[in-house]
Amino acid sequence: MNELATRLAGRYGARDWHDQRKDLAAATVDVARIRDVMAWLRDEEGYRHLSFMTAIDNIERGVFTLAYALRNHGTGHGLIIHADVGRDDPKVDSIHLLWGQAWTYQREMKEWYGIDFPGSPRVDEEFVLEGWEGPPMMRRDFDSLAYSDATYAERPGRVTHDPAAHMRDRLFPEAAR
Amino acid sequence: MRREKQHAVPPAERATPDLDSGKYLVMWQGPQHPGITGNMSLRLVAEGDTVVDCETHVGYLHRGFEKLMERRLYMQNFPLVCRIAVPEPDFNEYCYAAALEELAGVVIPEKAVWLRTLSLEMIRLASFLMWIGGQAGAFGHGTIAQWSVTMRDYVLDLFEELTGGRIYHMYIIPGGVRGDVPAGFWKRVLATMDVVEKNLDDIELVMFHNAVFKARAEGLGYIPRDWVDQYGITGPNARAAGAGRDLRKDSGYLAYPRLSFEPLVGTESDAYGRARLRLGEMYQAIDLIRQIVDRTPANGPFREKLPNPLHWKIPAGETYVAAECTRGEYGFYVVSDGSDKPRRVAVRGPSYTHAVSVMERLVRGVNIADVAGLMVSLHTYPPEIER
Repeated sequence: MNELATRLAGRYGARDWHDQRKDLAAATVDVARIRDVMAWLRDEEGYRHLSFMTAIDNIERGVFTLAYALRNHGTGHGLIIHADVGRDDPKVDSIHLLWGQAWTYQREMKEWYGIDFPGSPRVDEEFVLEGWEGPPMMRRDFDSLAYSDATYAERPGRVTHDPAAHMRDRLFPEAAR
Repeated sequence: MRREKQHAVPPAERATPDLDSGKYLVMWQGPQHPGITGNMSLRLVAEGDTVVDCETHVGYLHRGFEKLMERRLYMQNFPLVCRIAVPEPDFNEYCYAAALEELAGVVIPEKAVWLRTLSLEMIRLASFLMWIGGQAGAFGHGTIAQWSVTMRDYVLDLFEELTGGRIYHMYIIPGGVRGDVPAGFWKRVLATMDVVEKNLDDIELVMFHNAVFKARAEGLGYIPRDWVDQYGITGPNARAAGAGRDLRKDSGYLAYPRLSFEPLVGTESDAYGRARLRLGEMYQAIDLIRQIVDRTPANGPFREKLPNPLHWKIPAGETYVAAECTRGEYGFYVVSDGSDKPRRVAVRGPSYTHAVSVMERLVRGVNIADVAGLMVSLHTYPPEIER
């Protein structure tokens, strides 16, 4: 796989190659070249299967890190391609013409993180959060507990235990000491 | 008579019917349907009794699992992950546990390897038994659903004995499994497999040779071989189309490399071909369970000791662990920042592709009466779409 790392670095300036297992590696590319990289990996390197796409909110660095997981069925090797995009007005090239299911992931990332994929079919339609009016809920600065406390009223008579405190005090008191 | 085969069209070329023309009827199927586990709607546009457009609507079951996991300790997420695919909780447990073990450098004992494999094959059989009931029911064969759900209950009896739970087992945990097999368990496993196998013989005779089932299922929802890579199709939907891919064989996790089996591959991925292939995989699961019973070590530890779960920090890193569930590639992508909570957990369920992109394409041109049969033939569990 080192040869692939060299080719990827030479062609597209890929960096931070990391072999997680013998059948799984990861690398980072510039977000502006993501569509070219994905097309090249699919057509020239045999990574024809798109397992999934997702994002990680690296709020400390001010970026969303996109993760594209590919698999080469011929070699059994998996590859995760990362690309950072700024958290302010994030826009990424769509790959919906490369894989028939990619538009669904992009629609999800638009709804969950606010990352736009211009030209992706139905990217602005609600996906999972029908009627949601809050901010993109998977962003790290969206506090789901604070939102829940502010939005919903406590039902009288219910007692809530903090799960961590319950584990510490009731389930594993020896471990807590 | 075989239906005309469909061919892939890029999603951008999807034609939108003019709903003001008076020619079309908009109707909804779902969100409740006994053939799928969970809730999902299809917004159908029909011209006469033929569907011309479809949109899959999900969100009825969204509980924010992936968001919740980011603010809980690694161990606290265990009661959550099994709920992401209700009929097959064990694949969630395995993928999550294996991802944490890989990042933390934990090696599980030999006996745990075999008991995990047993758990995954038993739930494969249980899940397929539920699916075939839905598939038969969608074509009016309710009796088969009653048979197969009874058989599934027998398998759930085994799970109850092994894990204490019938639906959610929480048996596969980081470091191994939660308990050893009870006394006399193997004998009861083998007896149950005999009963289920006999029932599968009956189902094969009654369902797969039935003229109505064949007439309605053959040619329905045909998936061409070249769609498999184009849409990320996996599992029986892909194998029935001729793609001989099975992560149990290709990735060789747990005890699978030491078991004797070959992935089943078909030639026609229509509703009938997929059902045939899944029936074959049910027999295969029974065979694998018998092999596991024969080869699981009688003695030895079944769990590796872990650090204090309240203070367990996973070294920074990321991994993606996938397993072959009944519907295809099921995987957990876990990112750790070195703290005691995951930075990101993303779940890859096969229904995400099959029930949205593939379903929306396949249903065009299908008679309204066959939509349910088509939907079930893709074997969909909506909770794994929404996570």
